[in-house]
Amino acid sequence: MNLAQLPILSIVTYLPLAGIALICCMSNKRPDLIRWTAFLTTVVTFIVSLPLYFNHDASTWQMQFVENVPWLQSFGVSYHMGIDGISLLLVMLTTFLSPLALLSTWSAVTERVKEYMICLLFLQVGMLGVFCALDFFLFYVFWEVMLIPMYFIIGIWGGPRRIYAAIKFFIYTMSGSVLMLIAILSLYFMMYKATGEYTFDILKYHQLHIPAATQFWLFLAFFLAFAIKVPMFPFHTWLPDAHVEAPTAGSVILAGVLLKMGTYGFLRFNLPIFPLATQQFVPFIFWLSVIGIVYGALVSLAQDDIKKLVAYSSVSHLGYCMLGMFALNVEGIEGSTIQMINHGLSTGALFLIVGMLYERRHTRLISEYGGVMKVMPLFATLFLMVCFSSIGVPGLNGFVGELLILIGAFKASVPFASVAMLGLLLGSVYLLWMYKRVMYGPITNEKNKQLPDMSFRELAYLVPILVFIVWIGVAPKTFLNKMHTSVTHLIEQVNAEKTIAKTMDYGTEHTHN
Amino acid sequence: MVTILSIKPLLAVLASLIAAPLILISGKHQNLREFWSVAAGVVKFCIVISMVPVIFAGNTIEYTLFHIYQGIDIKFRVDAFGLLFATVSSFLWIVTTFYSIGYMRSNKEHAQTRYFTCFAISLASTIAVAFSANLVTLFFFYEALSLATVPLVGHKETPEAQEGARKYFLYLVGLSKTLLLAGVIIVYTVAGTTDFVSGGLLKNVPGSTLLFVTFFLFMYGFAKGGVMPVHNWLPSAMVAPTPVSALLHAVAVVKVGVFSILRVVFHTYGVDAMTRMNIGTTAAYIACFTILVGSIIAMTKDNLKARLAYSTVSQLSYVILGAVLLTPLGMTGGIVHIANHAFSKITLFFCAGSLYTAAHKTEISQLSGIGKKMPLTMAAFFIGSLSMIGVPPAAGFITKWYLALGSIQAHQVPILIVLLASTVLNAAYFLPVTYKAFFQKEDNPGHGHGHSHGDDHGHHGEPHEIPMVVGPLLLTAIISLAIGIFPNYFLHLAQEVLR
Repeated sequence: MNLAQLPILSIVTYLPLAGIALICCMSNKRPDLIRWTAFLTTVVTFIVSLPLYFNHDASTWQMQFVENVPWLQSFGVSYHMGIDGISLLLVMLTTFLSPLALLSTWSAVTERVKEYMICLLFLQVGMLGVFCALDFFLFYVFWEVMLIPMYFIIGIWGGPRRIYAAIKFFIYTMSGSVLMLIAILSLYFMMYKATGEYTFDILKYHQLHIPAATQFWLFLAFFLAFAIKVPMFPFHTWLPDAHVEAPTAGSVILAGVLLKMGTYGFLRFNLPIFPLATQQFVPFIFWLSVIGIVYGALVSLAQDDIKKLVAYSSVSHLGYCMLGMFALNVEGIEGSTIQMINHGLSTGALFLIVGMLYERRHTRLISEYGGVMKVMPLFATLFLMVCFSSIGVPGLNGFVGELLILIGAFKASVPFASVAMLGLLLGSVYLLWMYKRVMYGPITNEKNKQLPDMSFRELAYLVPILVFIVWIGVAPKTFLNKMHTSVTHLIEQVNAEKTIAKTMDYGTEHTHN
Repeated sequence: MVTILSIKPLLAVLASLIAAPLILISGKHQNLREFWSVAAGVVKFCIVISMVPVIFAGNTIEYTLFHIYQGIDIKFRVDAFGLLFATVSSFLWIVTTFYSIGYMRSNKEHAQTRYFTCFAISLASTIAVAFSANLVTLFFFYEALSLATVPLVGHKETPEAQEGARKYFLYLVGLSKTLLLAGVIIVYTVAGTTDFVSGGLLKNVPGSTLLFVTFFLFMYGFAKGGVMPVHNWLPSAMVAPTPVSALLHAVAVVKVGVFSILRVVFHTYGVDAMTRMNIGTTAAYIACFTILVGSIIAMTKDNLKARLAYSTVSQLSYVILGAVLLTPLGMTGGIVHIANHAFSKITLFFCAGSLYTAAHKTEISQLSGIGKKMPLTMAAFFIGSLSMIGVPPAAGFITKWYLALGSIQAHQVPILIVLLASTVLNAAYFLPVTYKAFFQKEDNPGHGHGHSHGDDHGHHGEPHEIPMVVGPLLLTAIISLAIGIFPNYFLHLAQEVLR
């Protein structure tokens, strides 16, 4: 059989299920075996996903590695998978972060290891599915499937307020997705009216012309679902709770990948399907984005819990993603997409680092630390590098994303871009201030005097992230090239409808005269 | 004019960057550690000098490091202007290294390894700024310089030093991340690239309010240039050990600020566009304000380093003033002042350090009669002062001469008056120091002890000058005179910039 004919997307997506099957056969008394199996499963998944990157043809915006099999024919549901340049990067991010997240919980989770690993692997299936699905039905299934393991991860292995956080997370996301479901169904019937065909094929919806007024409401429904996931101000309140209670691996996956589903949703659905509404919503989303940027940064500044600080910083960072995306130009959207990856790497790494500190001291309060640099010099160096990456120091990944987003935003609106710049300043203040309080100064707390420096395992999961942090910082073209045609096509889609609308407007005006 | 592709600019940057880890790992062997600093300095200087003939022949050297986005590269380009700055800073690094060794060891400073490592990184960034081919590259290394120098400013780790470092960080990183980045982005959106082009990138772009405002984003965004009111970080940064103040806050950091502003004037906006958009006059008056107010504040300071800091604030604006006069003579004056001020001001800072090391004196009021005990130091201080005031044959005279001619050329009589007034002010705050040192009798010992806490710290004997400290300061003092008498090297480069 030819390699090219292999349903590689399905293989990548469902490989973790094989791991789950193996783990199910294992006894709970051998946690190390379970850990290794889970870890190796994710590593193999990552390796299997590499051909996606190398065989992806960056010169076309068409979906690639497509699998399209009829599924529930009477409803027009098909098993349609495929990726373009944008989803490619998110798929790679997912397969890359999963093994690292797994490694981080090696010693942190000691109870119910079996169930924990099953949840993590199951979560990976859901995430990959969301990024690959090209059928609304399939997409929705994966979108909901992913909620369950995350709910358990927070609810069972979380901190003291885990039940509250898990339920809050579930209710927030659920209410968003219900709205999305309604919107999907109305689209479904609208499609039938327009073409006489029942279909859930997302690509077909990209060609559907929807009246402006209807677009508005449908956009709003999708917007709520995704804005909760992103999360945009003011729908962000579930995030700090979920992060603080979740175990390290949960936080890494949550920040690294789950939040990207919101932004990905905007790119895949809102922009191309509702281009008119998109244009209409730009000022509104700009407002929410810059409020999120500034508010997230200010709240971070006030935190004493490092994990909460990082959680709120996500609100600020994702604000940049949204700002860049709705600038609706190449720089903005490319910057926004690269910033999704950056945020996955940098914030993922920050959560890993918080996890390391927590494993040593079992506290996350900044005031409990101080002077850690003296006992953990290697840790201090890598920690500083991650902070630099997150605040966008030139030469590291954050800078590239910020620069492109701000260029895009400047082209779209000077005032909003100016406010976003102030956010950059706040961003460097809260992170470096936290770093200073944790790492510098004399060691005031006796317990900090004996902290061991990083272990080999900890290096093994932090260093790969740092490699990419530098890589994107100095050679972003490797990644930007992959998405360029897809982004250009997306912008054409948004603008095409605008010109149609303009000519229609012109036409009506003409008749009035 | 030919563009030559060569890896030399990258090597010049790498010389001290590679030295940094070597310094770090040989922290336990003082002499080996200092060997790396000196060796890197010499190698760097030689590489820089080796490019001089090429540039004098009217060529430029280019090297692209990596490509980031359409129209955005990290790229080096050596031209006359960058080379002038690179020569000065790489030469003074060698001198300062020797001085640092003398100073740090005599004062038994802690964390010397961190100190020398950060120093090496700072110099790599400084040279990289000098050789940047576009605004993004410049921004890139400008930030690197800010970050590498924060530990140097906070070196003493006292609350005061930490406060200084915090202010330093907030001003430099904060303003660059907001105003400067905004400026870079606006230039990119207007021109599609940020390359430095001779004659100006925005030469043919029609003027607009946005571009007018953008220039001031640059002027204040490059807060290292110390234009009032964003100068306040500089006096606070004086808590750093004196060699840091000397090299970084008389040469590298502050000069990177004015160098960058001048880059924007010459190669982003260009003289034509600056004139057309009528930016020059406004900027010149802001610079004049800084010159006068900086000098006036300097007069009120009794702490020697604080006085020097405010003098620096004032002198930096000479460089900016010269450039924004937009007349050939004025611009020449501005450019050569980068070199002239570097040599003279580093001499003055070295003297301040020498006084502290030998006699533990930091306040000007304690200096009565010190000239007899430390004649070499105070003689060098005198030469440095003359240069600051602009008395021939010291280097500062060349600057003042060109600036004065430039302001006449620009028909700006008020600016000429400011220059003259500032000369008087300079004299008023520098000459009393020398006068006190040489011609005033030492205060009676009992009184003196009550004042100077430094004397209680073990220096009960007569203060004696330390050769490792005095050598470098004599050298820079002599050079300050020499480039006043033979200014051709720098003048030639300046004319090359303007051609």
